Amino acid sequence: MSPWDIIYNFFPYIGGLISGALSSVLPGWAVYVIMALIGIIGILGFAITGNLAMVWAERRIIGRMQVRLGPNRVGPFGLLQPIADAIKVLTKEDIVPRKADKLLHFLGPTAFLIPAVLAWAVVPFADGTILTDLNIGILYMLAVSSLSLIGLFLAGWGSNNKYSLLGSMRTIAQVVSYEIPMVLSILGVVAIVGSLSMVDIVKAQNIPFIVLQPLGFIVYLIAATAELNRSPFDTLEAESEIVAGYFTEYSGMKFAIFYIAEYFNLLLVASIVTTLFLGGWRGPFLPPYIWFVIKIFLLFFFFMWLRGTLPRFRIDQLMALAWKFLLPLALLNIFLTGLGILAWQALGF
Amino acid sequence: MSDPVLVVVFYLISAITVVAALGVVLTRNIVYAAVFLVGTFAGVAGIFVLLNADFLAAVQLLVYAGAIAILIIFAIMMTRDTRKGSRSNEQRWPAFIMAVLMLAVLLGGISQTIWPVSVLAPLETTTEKLGKLLLNEYILPFEVVSVLLVAAMIGAIVISRED
Repeated sequence: MSPWDIIYNFFPYIGGLISGALSSVLPGWAVYVIMALIGIIGILGFAITGNLAMVWAERRIIGRMQVRLGPNRVGPFGLLQPIADAIKVLTKEDIVPRKADKLLHFLGPTAFLIPAVLAWAVVPFADGTILTDLNIGILYMLAVSSLSLIGLFLAGWGSNNKYSLLGSMRTIAQVVSYEIPMVLSILGVVAIVGSLSMVDIVKAQNIPFIVLQPLGFIVYLIAATAELNRSPFDTLEAESEIVAGYFTEYSGMKFAIFYIAEYFNLLLVASIVTTLFLGGWRGPFLPPYIWFVIKIFLLFFFFMWLRGTLPRFRIDQLMALAWKFLLPLALLNIFLTGLGILAWQALGF
Repeated sequence: MSDPVLVVVFYLISAITVVAALGVVLTRNIVYAAVFLVGTFAGVAGIFVLLNADFLAAVQLLVYAGAIAILIIFAIMMTRDTRKGSRSNEQRWPAFIMAVLMLAVLLGGISQTIWPVSVLAPLETTTEKLGKLLLNEYILPFEVVSVLLVAAMIGAIVISRED
């Protein structure tokens, strides 16, 4: 193997070395468990590092977009700011309201974080660099991330605060509505590929699907932004109306867990868009995982750009957009994709 | 189901499912009942995974845990006084009799049925086969269900319209 091959297939190569070394001493199942643990730790490491980088980038870049400086005091260019934030949040007092439902209030952040972590199992960083290539990959991703709503509900209900409850009700209405166009917009891609596996979807993209599925891409991007509850769809924490929505009554590390889970979800949506529409890890010259990360961070910049420039929707405008605009567009996309596939087959390809 | 690991996992998931289901029925606070219901749905999804029905498992999570449970929760959020719990009323005894009858019918059905066990190896991918069966062999029931759902949807809209 040439050095370039090793760099190109870095993670499968390292994994092969470790499992080869382990299997000479340990039985097969132990090697399997250890390799899975290494994979999980690696992915969590990536997600947490990405999280810190995004917190820093978001504060700095949005600062620039709004003609401010952003945090620039802690370390060079303010690079140590996320670490300072993390230490601050860990040492803050954890306040639970006296009339809160203690159990639900405690479960809320956990139930929100778990789906955000679980979904990472099927993110394809490169060919062979994926925790498990399920043949229902994208469906698994959607199913698991639909569970995060329960965490938001528990948080809003358990706090026993009218603003928290209003925030959760808005979120549930919003996310349930946007889930429908989001799932339907993916169907076009699935129909073209003929598989739900994330790896198969990337391998089928000799041209990125954003070219073949522009409508699906736009619908997915808008619906996913709404699912993330990010600006311009952040009605659940509209501070001018309902204080901070479902996390009004949270402080310290519990608040931080919501924050972390939101960034995990953001990274996740960026990687789904990359996988489904932007050709995943594929690209010229650079190693595949580098391409994947570049595409994720370009999308992240796009989400920041939206947040820095667009005003917030009103809740009724938001629902109207989902049901009267995105849903018909997603259905139209499925119809056009079906026609396209039939025409393609009739032409004899 | 001969692999000991699978057997242990099966009993673990079944225990979680049954305990959560008991929680739904026995707890007085309906918010807790709804949360237990999510646990039951997730447990059933786990059993589907053990049966190599991966597509069904994902749909179980997406539709039942992710959508139906959420709609129930949404309805609960609109109700008042959930903290006092659901108190019994004059429907108590009729409900009890119906529940006992239902239990008798189910137990009878389960014990009388001969459960055939396929000796074939499980399918590697189920999604494609399910899709083809639904749109070829079982197209009529599929369409009937679709029409029923559309009718229910239109009905709901008509009922909730204010004018």
